[in-house]
Amino acid sequence: MSTLVFLEHHGDELLKGSLGVVTKAATVAGGDIAGVVLGSDVRALAEGAGNFGAAKVYVADDPQLEAPLSQPRVDVLAQLIGDQGIDTVLFANSVLAADVAAGLAARLDAGLNWDLVDLTQENGKLVGKRPALQDSVYVDVGWTSEPRLALFRSGSFDPSETGGSAQIEDVEVVLEEFSTAARMVDQAHEESEGPSIEDAPVIVAGGRGLGGPENFTLVEQLAKALGGAVGATRAVVDAGWYPYATQVGQTGKTVSPKLYIACGISGAIQHKVGMQSSGVIVAINKDANAPIFEFADLGVVGDVHEVVPRLTELVKQRKGG
Amino acid sequence: MKIAVCVKQIPEGSSRIDPESKRLDRSGEGALNPFDANAVEEALRLRDAAGESEVVLVSMGPARAQDALRKALAMGADSAVLVSDEAAAGADLVATSYALSKALEREGADLILFGQQAGDSDGAVLWAAVADRLRLPVVSQAAGVTHENGKVTVKRQTEFGYDVIEAPLPAVVAVSDAINEPRYPSLKGIMGAKSKPQATVSLGDLGVEPERAGEQGSRTEVYALGDPPARGESKKIEDDGSAAQVILDFLAEKRLV
Ligand SMILES: Cc1cc2nc3c(=O)[nH]c(=O)nc-3n(C[C@H](O)[C@H](O)[C@H](O)COP(=O)(O)OP(=O)(O)OC[C@H]3O[C@@H](n4cnc5c(N)ncnc54)[C@H](O)[C@@H]3O)c2cc1C
Ligand SMILES: Nc1ncnc2c1ncn2[C@@H]1O[C@H](COP(=O)(O)O)[C@@H](O)[C@H]1O
Repeated sequence: MSTLVFLEHHGDELLKGSLGVVTKAATVAGGDIAGVVLGSDVRALAEGAGNFGAAKVYVADDPQLEAPLSQPRVDVLAQLIGDQGIDTVLFANSVLAADVAAGLAARLDAGLNWDLVDLTQENGKLVGKRPALQDSVYVDVGWTSEPRLALFRSGSFDPSETGGSAQIEDVEVVLEEFSTAARMVDQAHEESEGPSIEDAPVIVAGGRGLGGPENFTLVEQLAKALGGAVGATRAVVDAGWYPYATQVGQTGKTVSPKLYIACGISGAIQHKVGMQSSGVIVAINKDANAPIFEFADLGVVGDVHEVVPRLTELVKQRKGG
Repeated sequence: MKIAVCVKQIPEGSSRIDPESKRLDRSGEGALNPFDANAVEEALRLRDAAGESEVVLVSMGPARAQDALRKALAMGADSAVLVSDEAAAGADLVATSYALSKALEREGADLILFGQQAGDSDGAVLWAAVADRLRLPVVSQAAGVTHENGKVTVKRQTEFGYDVIEAPLPAVVAVSDAINEPRYPSLKGIMGAKSKPQATVSLGDLGVEPERAGEQGSRTEVYALGDPPARGESKKIEDDGSAAQVILDFLAEKRLV
């Protein structure tokens, strides 16, 4: 097996998700793991991957790869995979990685399995584990040709240090015209404003079910009564109801408070990956079929506008407030 | 401006995978993928702002998927093309993106919109594959789209906050489910939808070779279905006015209050 891991970075750090995939790959495929870093001024970064099990790291270092856009990366990877005879390419899911992986699948007519939470070798065959239909069924999936492409669900593997070092190899950057047509006008920077929710022992989170930004006072009051912080879904953050700093999920924060109360949240996979390791999960949703009930410890089918204020009152009474 | 919107019909309500074929069971009622309603809504807004524009729906699925297309036509889209063929069944990303790109090529749209994800497969990837086949720029996760002077400007959320990306037309854009509030079809829209053009094309019509279609053209396979890992005890109740007390008791029992 010749395995390549897409190493994503932000600023001058390789992302933990990518390094977790390197660690996983090393246990599944043995020693022959390569990584690839694409960006501008990224050579120093690449060396860091050796410490997590990559024997070799390919580096595509070019100002045209500065912005985290997918299409130029597809060009470089397609070339590299062909030249090196790579048969397996692994990605930790992200907004960028998903688009790179899918673009590559089309370019190479290669199979892509997404949302995998595990990868094993069975009788010489690579098998991915994919939760489907709101995680109600776990499907074993595979590939019928090479290269095989796999996207892993956020947070599936933790990186572990091996103390190894990687051999660095430069790769050529030749880009298609259409791949450079999209242009980054303003790149996201680390959000410094807003409250930090990562260390809160209790999070009361609100979603679109609250009905409007003004109703966030309901979750704020409950959070205050419980001594916790307020979280939000992407739907309400994108809509401008609540600040990005409070967003929980794949493109927001990953949290694991003792108690997570989800109010008017459907429980999409991308939200779930950010809060599933919470100690106790309580969900209030008026749709009895909402996916959040599949992983809540206590589910209440009800209206947040009625249940939440009443609960706040009861908590206050109990605390003698 | 011509805007194409890729929409999908998905099974209504909770779905199951057929243990025999290991494919999604599509025998029950179907519905328009809710995430695609956002793409249709955005297309209608862009169309109406640009003037002299049209919105065409492009879909691949069984013949009954025309029902889902009719709902999007009732919202206000102008016409629909459904790629429907026995040989298209079981298509994965590779095969689906190929057939759809062939259908889209024929439309020659200036802007191609996608929804955030298909509610049945949760891929959230198809646009990037289609864009690569069409050799067009792609921007995904759009929380805002504006169109001016032959280009689109997109605001998108990533793991680090918000990017702003610009792309010249023709381009492919996938919108998030927070970009707008999809309209409900009016009675007039529903009546009018019945007379809007709804074409059905076969893979042969599009020049899709049989070996590149459906299961044969796919590069992934399903081996087995299993149960999810067992979860701890959980409880679900219906609020009859006492739910707040039940939650409080539960929290007290867990020593969380
Ligand atoms: C690449 C990618 C990354 C993403 N990253 C994230 C992320 O980081 N975080 C995130 O949250 N999402 C993320 N998403 C979006 C995710 O898929 C969902 O769209 C989002 O989580 C939905 O938010 P929501 O639950 O608030 O809204 P909805 O899905 O609209 O759910 C609202 C819920 O409220 C319920 N409701 C309505 N009214 C009431 C009422 N009166 N009382 C009680 N319940 C009510 C409804 O039944 C419904 O279940 C991402 C998606 C993609 C594709
Ligand atoms: N069979 C299909 N026909 C047309 N469009 C589709 C089809 N499947 C998916 N799409 C589009 O691609 C988006 C993402 O789907 P997916 O990558 O499968 O989650 C959907 O929101 C639709 O806009």
